Amino acid sequence: MTAIYKHRLFWPIVALLTLIVVNAVARPQFIKITMRDGELYGPLISILRESAPLMLVALGMTIVIATRGIDLSVGATMAVSGAVALTIIDGSDDPGNVGTVLIACVVAVLVSLVLGAWNGFLVSVVGIQPIIATLVLMLAGRGVALLITGGFITTVNSEPFAFIASGYLFALPFAFLIGLVAIIVLSLVERRTALGVLTEAVGINPEASRLAGVRSRSIIWGAYMVSGMLAGIAGLIYASNIKAADANAAGVFIELYAILAVVLGGTSLNGGKFSIAGTVVGVLIIQTLESTILFLGVSSAQSPVFFAVVVVIVVIVQSSRLRDGLAALSTRLRSRSEADEKVEVA
Amino acid sequence: MAAMTMARAETRTKERGESPVQTFISRHGGMMPSFAAVLILILLFIGGEIFLRGDFITPRNISALLLDNAVLLVLAVGMTFVILTGGIDLSVGSVMAFTGILGAKMLGDGVPVGIAIPAILLGGAAIGLLIGILVQYFGVQPFIASLAGLFLGRGLAYIVSLSSIKVENDAVLWLQSTRIRLGDWYITPTGIIALTTVAVAAFVLHLTRFGRTIYAIGGNEQSARLMGLKVGRAKIAAYVISGFCAGLAGLLLTAYSGAGYPRNGIGTELDAIAAVVIGGTLLTGGRGYVLGSMVGVFVYGTIKTIINFMGAEQSWMQIIVGSLLLLFIVVQRAIVARSEGRR
Repeated sequence: MTAIYKHRLFWPIVALLTLIVVNAVARPQFIKITMRDGELYGPLISILRESAPLMLVALGMTIVIATRGIDLSVGATMAVSGAVALTIIDGSDDPGNVGTVLIACVVAVLVSLVLGAWNGFLVSVVGIQPIIATLVLMLAGRGVALLITGGFITTVNSEPFAFIASGYLFALPFAFLIGLVAIIVLSLVERRTALGVLTEAVGINPEASRLAGVRSRSIIWGAYMVSGMLAGIAGLIYASNIKAADANAAGVFIELYAILAVVLGGTSLNGGKFSIAGTVVGVLIIQTLESTILFLGVSSAQSPVFFAVVVVIVVIVQSSRLRDGLAALSTRLRSRSEADEKVEVA
Repeated sequence: MAAMTMARAETRTKERGESPVQTFISRHGGMMPSFAAVLILILLFIGGEIFLRGDFITPRNISALLLDNAVLLVLAVGMTFVILTGGIDLSVGSVMAFTGILGAKMLGDGVPVGIAIPAILLGGAAIGLLIGILVQYFGVQPFIASLAGLFLGRGLAYIVSLSSIKVENDAVLWLQSTRIRLGDWYITPTGIIALTTVAVAAFVLHLTRFGRTIYAIGGNEQSARLMGLKVGRAKIAAYVISGFCAGLAGLLLTAYSGAGYPRNGIGTELDAIAAVVIGGTLLTGGRGYVLGSMVGVFVYGTIKTIINFMGAEQSWMQIIVGSLLLLFIVVQRAIVARSEGRR
């Protein structure tokens, strides 16, 4: 029992389940899932579908944070990726062609990979602080995206491209499946090979792991490339969802929500130990909370206040000061009750 | 004899291959990034002057530079305090939006200026205090603590109002519309407030015990604590100052735009951080100057003006500021690496 209680995913999962139960009590249709034309629908399913971009970005962020880094540029990368894909599709003769869309997506993801590699280069080779190194691209990236789209919001009408965000496969939303594949691939690579352990080693002490023969530079570089690539795919999903490339609005604040998801999942921002499952739970908490807030009739613009409260509560609960304080309190209570017993015996 | 000593000293200098310039650089290494910022500002002015054939450095343009960047200047001053302690404050943009719209709302509801303005400033300082307490007492990373502040400020701004509120209060509009003229030069009360903020901050940082504590924390927090400096108090104060400056910036922005708008200042915190870094303050803390941050803001503002004059797309602004930021970070990195190598 204590093993379950002590597990580091215990509290995040409790939080998620509480949210779902509260929602289900407040509006029973929340947990209802209906099957229509072999496709699943329902609030829970839409949470899964809508969480896909954040899921991808947060997974990349987890790996970067595990190396004691941070990637602020993911939102800008999303904007660039969407801009690249839509400009290619828009410029082609046949926007509805599957081949065209495929090429556009591959090019967009490759561009995002390059952006990630640029971040990785600045951090691992030049040795710039991750916050600042990625801030450069966060500032400049949107400018690049605006240049690609020529300052306009590029819209397309392409059946195969729209499929990315709103299509269904095996009765499940395609976007969710993309996220699921990313989770599985990342878990296998990080946990079934030594890569995960090496990443944690780099995050705990880069210098020591380098001396121990870990190629920390390549690992850090790779982490940023993964983050860039996943952000690129997230950008495709976002652009597909609104069927447009909006360089100013795509992925705004997503880096903050992604970092929040990672922290909620129990991964420390100080690097080292990371939990992919925790991040997944964190993302689902955020998305469920967002849906709850909307249900409460709060304007989505005002929802940041709730997230602020959540962040404050989470960080205070995680802080050592509170734990020490509670521990001291319980010791005092126990010693007092022991003292009482002694008095009774006497 | 004296000549011999001098000769010997000279040979020694020659042996070490150090010219007076190099000596100066090594002694004042911390100032170098700020000097580089001044140099860039001068180059930008010269470039603008050549490009526009003598139509750039005019009293009107220079006066407008201060007018248009007063808000960013105030934010950058507050940010400098936080960055000098080795922290970061992501909340200033949304706190500015919150205090701005709060002020507009209060004035619209007929609250007298004498209450509304202190309320704005205190509102900003209160969010700063919250961030400071999280950082100092709960050991939360500044990044995350101020992230909570960012969400809080933005959400509160939308709670005050979902749409923009026009300000018709004369006292607030006076801050912007009054032009104190001297020939072709002019300055508005907002500009005076911004410059006063810089002056006060420079005084506090360099000539008070509190200011020196801020530098000491950024240099090495552990040592500062062992020296008996009041680290906790100073660190929280840095965030309170940043929040206060964000509140003041909210007031200036409301005066500048004549309205409060909850979408104001999205991403402004990044501009402020960029300006501080371009101005030569090291993000690791402990090194930098408020006056450098002022130069950084002017570099930022001048680039913006030049881009406007050229009629280029605004997207170039983001790309150029990003590239400049990169350039300065690499320069800083080289300086830090050198001083570490010497140690």
